[in-house]
Amino acid sequence: MSFAFSTIQELRKQLLAKEVHPKELVESLLDRISSVDSRIKAYNYLHPERALEAAEKADVSLPLGGVPIAVKDLISVRGEPCTCSSRLLEGYIAPYDATVIERLRGAGAILLGRTNMDEFAMGSSTENSAWGVTRNPWDLSRVPGGSSGGSAAAVAAHEAIAALGSDTGGSIRQPAAFCGCVGLKPTYGRVSRYGLTAFASSLDQIGPLTKTVADAALLLEIIAGEDSRDNTCEPEPAPSFSAKLGEEIRGMTLGVPKEYFVSGIDPEVEAAMQKAIAHLEGLGATLREISLPHTSYSIATYYLVATAEASANLARFDGMRYGRRAPGCDDLLETYGRTRDEGFGREVKRRILLGTYSLSSGYYDAYYLRAQKVRMRIREDFLTAFRDCQAIVTPTSPMPAFRLGERTEDPLQMYLADIFTIAVNLAGLCAISVPCGFTQSGLPIGLQIIGPMWKEETVLQVGYAYEQSTNWHTRRPSLGQG
Amino acid sequence: MTYEAVIGLEVHVQLKTETKLFCGCRNEFGAEPNSHVCPVCLGLPGALPVPNEEAVIKTILTGLMMGSSIRARAKFDRKNYFYPDMPKNYQISQYDQPLCLEGGVNLPVLAFPKDAQKEEQALAGKRVRLVRIHLEEDVGKSFHLENCSGIDFNRAGTPLMEIVTEADLTTPEEAFALLTTIREILRYGKVSDVDMEKGQLRCDVNISVRPVGTEAFGTKREIKNLNSISAVRRALKHEIQTQIHLVSSGGTVVQQTLRWDDARGETIPMRTKEQAHDYRYFPDPDLLPIRTEGRLRTEAERRMPELPETKKGRLCQTYGLSEYQASVLASDPPLAEYFEEAARSTRHPLPLANLVLNDYLALRQEDPGQVPVPAEYLGELADLQSEGTLNSRQTREVLAILIQTPRPPKEIAKERGLTQISDSQVLEAFCREAISANPKSVADFKGGKSAAINALKGFVMKKTRGQANPQRIHELLESLLREP
Repeated sequence: MSFAFSTIQELRKQLLAKEVHPKELVESLLDRISSVDSRIKAYNYLHPERALEAAEKADVSLPLGGVPIAVKDLISVRGEPCTCSSRLLEGYIAPYDATVIERLRGAGAILLGRTNMDEFAMGSSTENSAWGVTRNPWDLSRVPGGSSGGSAAAVAAHEAIAALGSDTGGSIRQPAAFCGCVGLKPTYGRVSRYGLTAFASSLDQIGPLTKTVADAALLLEIIAGEDSRDNTCEPEPAPSFSAKLGEEIRGMTLGVPKEYFVSGIDPEVEAAMQKAIAHLEGLGATLREISLPHTSYSIATYYLVATAEASANLARFDGMRYGRRAPGCDDLLETYGRTRDEGFGREVKRRILLGTYSLSSGYYDAYYLRAQKVRMRIREDFLTAFRDCQAIVTPTSPMPAFRLGERTEDPLQMYLADIFTIAVNLAGLCAISVPCGFTQSGLPIGLQIIGPMWKEETVLQVGYAYEQSTNWHTRRPSLGQG
Repeated sequence: MTYEAVIGLEVHVQLKTETKLFCGCRNEFGAEPNSHVCPVCLGLPGALPVPNEEAVIKTILTGLMMGSSIRARAKFDRKNYFYPDMPKNYQISQYDQPLCLEGGVNLPVLAFPKDAQKEEQALAGKRVRLVRIHLEEDVGKSFHLENCSGIDFNRAGTPLMEIVTEADLTTPEEAFALLTTIREILRYGKVSDVDMEKGQLRCDVNISVRPVGTEAFGTKREIKNLNSISAVRRALKHEIQTQIHLVSSGGTVVQQTLRWDDARGETIPMRTKEQAHDYRYFPDPDLLPIRTEGRLRTEAERRMPELPETKKGRLCQTYGLSEYQASVLASDPPLAEYFEEAARSTRHPLPLANLVLNDYLALRQEDPGQVPVPAEYLGELADLQSEGTLNSRQTREVLAILIQTPRPPKEIAKERGLTQISDSQVLEAFCREAISANPKSVADFKGGKSAAINALKGFVMKKTRGQANPQRIHELLESLLREP
């Protein structure tokens, strides 16, 4: 059987035992990609020669020695394109490595290729990509979620052992749930953002998408920790996230927010959730209803804060210094206007306009400033809730993967796909999504475990306990399996 | 009706730091274009700013030197507008929580232009209040070539400090004096070299006029990016005349932003109020708020120098210098320090000051490559002159040698045979010889032409190879000539 179906943990053993050479591993992944990616389209960019060359020289004694990792196409890798799935960055070659890339290289990982995403991470379906949509490996007529849809689909379709994504409002967890893999959004400040193309600076975090919880812990250990190049990064080295894996959760109190179960949840998702709750109780945890009273404001708050920051973050894309410049313009204003008009997709333009508006003089207090105040309330909700529980469990998404094109005409419906994940970013918390079941038609469902700031160990512990006592994570999409 | 101007300044100062404000690129003027750039200062996707503490400390120090209150918590904001020389299309600046608030600067007489130092405005000893001092990043520099434009990003992201004054100024000369004073203070704190040629001090001015005696402000116009202190004076003079002429002939001033063309001596409109930018300031989420209490503030306090005004006062008091002498010394802190060191080895600080400010400075200017003279030698030289061992010509001669090859001045004088002859008996012999050898001059003097004595003095100086004490010869000749 192909090595492509293995986890990092399994491969590490085999690599150290010399049962597999990194080059074989890369070759079997490239084989898998060439047999399935024409249907999935998870990758924007692959560089097989470079990956094989790196595999040749890989030092398997390092923590990730010889393990290929896929990277979302908005993280800077020296000498490679970083398109953010935008026409505007066509032709741009990044001249430097992001901190996480330096750390992956330092740990011996092999960079396999760049995964598709919603343009500049704006979207929940990977349909907003200038390079075409990525399809859900469990049902090719459905979206993989987004914005890290390429990373999630690549891991789920076994075109990657593991991948990096980024999460601003759910962009790691929601596609992980849609594709049936594990997605971890670390605490804000846990992982350096240096080299991550910014969407909303106060919300963005890089995190792992993996096949198992243990792999997520392992990958986080490599990429987390202090970085003098990111002012908002924690000034401490990261702890060992694998330490509590395997510790039982008996006696732990888990909160279930009542506001998350009111209306609009898909019945199959709700049923899977109830079963997951019962299962966790079976493992000895106490489940307790909690309240997050400002939940209903989180989407509105998010779309003011995130778009305001985005409007400034994306101002630099003007075709002057890099990227695609509209040809044949007569003056500066026309160059700016046409470059951005031709370069950005509809959703990106919509968000830039919204953010620009909410920061404008006369509107700032009513929109941006008020949103920041509500954000504080949302954060306080969680602080209060965490007095009574160690972690909070919710569905990751109110629905399973929807059909391609189903929500593209109604942005608000699309935004609602992130209703359970957004507050975590607003509050700067950590959260993981693990597979917790399938719908009748075979679509994966995700369980979200939210922890207080800096408590990744806790969410990993709960996620691991759940995963190891269920077998959802062992299922594979039928697509080309063999 | 007579009108007065109301003027406020925004002074931009490039800080002297090793590296840029938010990255590790060197902060250096005149390097090969685009040689000091990196992902951060080029605004590449994913690059993040990290504040340079040295720039923050220098801004706090400036606030301390200008009597501002230092905010315990300050933050950086993004100022949004599109321009090709600004890589991110927003500038990291400080909006509503700058590092320093308020403060003020006193205008000393000698800071005014020379032609205005006797005027009442210069003598008034005015204090100009400050609104704030904040820190921001500079932008790149555009070059407009024949068919295209080029941008040098070496300056992009270098630290720029902005000092904003209240509209306390009323004349171009006061603005001149304020800038001169600010420049001196900044040099004292080693905050900036304030080199105008290198654009290290740039200034925006806001001007309005109103009838004397009224309180309400007129409509203001802003002149942007003046790059020398004298250009500020010229531009203000022109703009005040323009506005007064406009208002007194029944017109109204329209709010406008202008550019000053120094060569043509006129202002050129840039944009009107309708075209004003909405900068959409908001806190930069990439940067944590700055806590100044503790290390940053302590370090700024440690670097606090003696300020120019204090130094002048002390130089006058301690050494009996004139205000002018003290000001010249104070305007050149290393020279002042040199003087004070020399003063420790002399009993005559005032003649030492003359020696330093006239002869030493003149010689140093003639030959900037000379060897530095140990300060104690200069002090000793001042003693030799003041105590009659050397006359002023001999003193200069010794100093000239001292500057080439530093040795104790006593040794030089001895080697060269440069000792002043003050012994009356010796000098009397020379004087008698002069009288008997110059009967005509003697006759002239006795006939009432008192200037004729100079010829006799010259004779003695020549005979003594310039070593005679001129004062003593004069006295001796007079008494000999008046002998019956």
